[in-house]
Amino acid sequence: MGKVTFSRGGIHPRDCKYARECAIEELPLPKTVYVSMVQHLGAPAKPLVAPGDSVKVGQVIAEPGGFISAFIHSPVSGTVKGIAPRKNLAGDPVMHVEIAVEGDEWDPAIDRSGDLVTDIPDDKALILGRIKACGVVGLGGATFPTHVKLSPPPGKVADCLIINGSECEPFLTSDYRIMIERPKEVVVGAAIMQKVLDGCHCVIGIEENKPEAIAAIRAAVAELGYPDIRVQVLRKRYPQGGEKQLIDAVLHRQVGSGGLPIDVGAVVQNVTTSFAVYEAVQKNKPLISNILTVTGDKIPAKLQHNYLFRIGVPLSFVMEQAGGIPDTAAKIVSGGPMMGKAVSNLDATTVKGTAAVLYLSEAATRRQKESHCIRCGKCADACPMGLEPFLLNRLYKAADLEALEKNAAQDCIECGCCLYSCPAHIPLLDHIRQAKGQVMGVIRARAAAAKAAAEAKKQ
Amino acid sequence: MDNKKYIVSPSPHIHADISTTSVMRDVIIALSPAAVVAILVYGWAELLVLLVSIVSCVLLEWAVTRWMMKRPSTVGDLSAVVTGLLLALNLPSAIPLWIVFIGAVVAICVAKLPFGGIGQNVFNPAITGRVFLLVSFPAQMTNWTPTPGFVPVPDAVSGATPLSLLKEALKGGSTIPQFLASNDFSMSSLLWDIGASAGELSAGALLIGFIYLLIRRVVKPWIPLSILGTMALISVVFHTVNPDIYTGPVFNIMTGGTLLGAFFMATDYVTSPMNVWGGVIFGVGIGLIDMMIRYFGAYPEGMSFAILLMNCTVPLLNRWFHQKKYGRT
Ligand code: SF4
Ligand code: SF4
Repeated sequence: MGKVTFSRGGIHPRDCKYARECAIEELPLPKTVYVSMVQHLGAPAKPLVAPGDSVKVGQVIAEPGGFISAFIHSPVSGTVKGIAPRKNLAGDPVMHVEIAVEGDEWDPAIDRSGDLVTDIPDDKALILGRIKACGVVGLGGATFPTHVKLSPPPGKVADCLIINGSECEPFLTSDYRIMIERPKEVVVGAAIMQKVLDGCHCVIGIEENKPEAIAAIRAAVAELGYPDIRVQVLRKRYPQGGEKQLIDAVLHRQVGSGGLPIDVGAVVQNVTTSFAVYEAVQKNKPLISNILTVTGDKIPAKLQHNYLFRIGVPLSFVMEQAGGIPDTAAKIVSGGPMMGKAVSNLDATTVKGTAAVLYLSEAATRRQKESHCIRCGKCADACPMGLEPFLLNRLYKAADLEALEKNAAQDCIECGCCLYSCPAHIPLLDHIRQAKGQVMGVIRARAAAAKAAAEAKKQ
Repeated sequence: MDNKKYIVSPSPHIHADISTTSVMRDVIIALSPAAVVAILVYGWAELLVLLVSIVSCVLLEWAVTRWMMKRPSTVGDLSAVVTGLLLALNLPSAIPLWIVFIGAVVAICVAKLPFGGIGQNVFNPAITGRVFLLVSFPAQMTNWTPTPGFVPVPDAVSGATPLSLLKEALKGGSTIPQFLASNDFSMSSLLWDIGASAGELSAGALLIGFIYLLIRRVVKPWIPLSILGTMALISVVFHTVNPDIYTGPVFNIMTGGTLLGAFFMATDYVTSPMNVWGGVIFGVGIGLIDMMIRYFGAYPEGMSFAILLMNCTVPLLNRWFHQKKYGRT
């Protein structure tokens, strides 16, 4: 089959994958780690340890705080020093468990050997149980608990599992490294999820700019011989890795406004999540480590790395180990340049979903002065959701919530294509994000009122 | 860690290498082949018209924004240069320079700045300037005496563009074959169109510029295609019915301000619809109005009037046509 892509909008930023040739290195352990209780979408986890407890690598230290939440495990061995609020990336206080590192003693139940285990357990419930117990969450950005996503609600059936290997954000190379260094594990992970979803089709989507990854995954698929798994080459285009866009590209189906992928029979998981599922189910290894890329523009090759890091290591430690913050850096981003978050607190800790530490120079990142909209329509052309950002911007300024909802501000996926493309440098997404929040508030309030009215009627 | 302050702002953290200035620069580059051809053929006079027009537009924009509107000047975005260039390419080279200046005043101080400046005007400034001059100074605006150029040109027709000669002849009751015979020129010399206004001169130069804009993704082809398609269709029908009094499609597309208007003025971002289908309707409307003026109106051609009229419909077209949203029907 030829190359495919999503049907509307999108941009073609420069690749900038400078760290693609850097093999994954293991990041050394710091003296102290800080494990955040908010590492997933949904309710914060509840700590199960107390100061003074000694913990081993892989031991549970927090349990889910709700249905949509996840277990958290100790990434190191040592002594719990405290449980206290600490500033996250954005500078907001969040509960963290502080652990002083002593040695590196692992929970003996974890299989630490490098042997590939290809026999997949037959019991679906057992698989799901392991994925949940190991605290696996989506590592493609949203950090949605994986076991929840793999359990379609009653009446919904998945007919295609899409494994997202597009890595469409510029600069990022961690998914790429996983695909070329651990392709078999990724494929076994995909086969496990496929089994949980009752043997639906499975498509692994990879963008055309990663021929080595395509070859490696194809070879692994052929060698392992699981039925009904295929690799689909995607055209290079951002935001290909957005769930809605990927489903459109691979299945030519569109998820309705406010809907979920499962509504159109799709489940999307990232390649790194697939790797984490493999480790959880086949090796009993909880999600205590992940891969991150340290990279940036105008920085020397020796400062570029792909690290296997223990989750909870402070960002400042990562940057120190990587050779220090380059002088050219004007902005430090956790994640990719399109959707990552600017780091305001260098001592913030890494979390399950941390994918990159990105240094951007003044020239690359400085926002230009805003001028008048010239009605060029480039923002609308770029919007993968088919919205009209110039219009939403205007309606936001006029505080017209009704019109904002009618023009689907709530459908915005915050991909940033509009702001990226605007010649007048209007901060479109900054405003649309606000507008979206307000409209979502209205929609939620309306739903709550409708529910209350229905209940009042019943009584 | 050090105490250096890092920028903290929301995503996205990078931006395309594009600005209003870079877009305008591309339009200027695209118009330069046509300007060069015009200068070669019409010499110093044309050069002066271009200079006076551009310099007046830029100075007026600078002065009015700084001294009257009391806000930072916007001349840096080069949009005033584009307006000056387009206005000049719409004028005969023999026109007195003070009239050029009046055109610039109308374009910048009437059509553009009172609406709020770039992005907020309803009418295309250069066209507004041209139409104002056409109505106010009809004699000077239709004096197509070729000024001495830097390169020799064949077949110079003096006094009026063949288009207006033909119009006069048709109004006087003669047919196209009679007109050609009595004036002793062929259809092909009409197409070469010596004696036409500068910007209309070379279809080739305009086409090269337009292709450059397409490649640079500055404009999309829908508006020009629907203008030219509509004009071709109407011409084919009328010309087939009565070739004696209705000119054919090639003639109508290659003469007058058709190409300059379709490629560069109807595609002005600010004064054209943003949506593809809105753009198609806009283009069809322009083609229709221009052909009606050519066949039945008082003027030999009506590209400027057509664009100006359709400019009025843009706010409505923008309200009616929205692009298809993902996942919604
Ligand atoms: S950020 Fe929102 S409005 Fe802007 S292009 Fe992306 S989806 Fe469209
Ligand atoms: S890209 Fe910017 S200038 Fe162009 S229409 Fe959108 S908001 Fe206006």
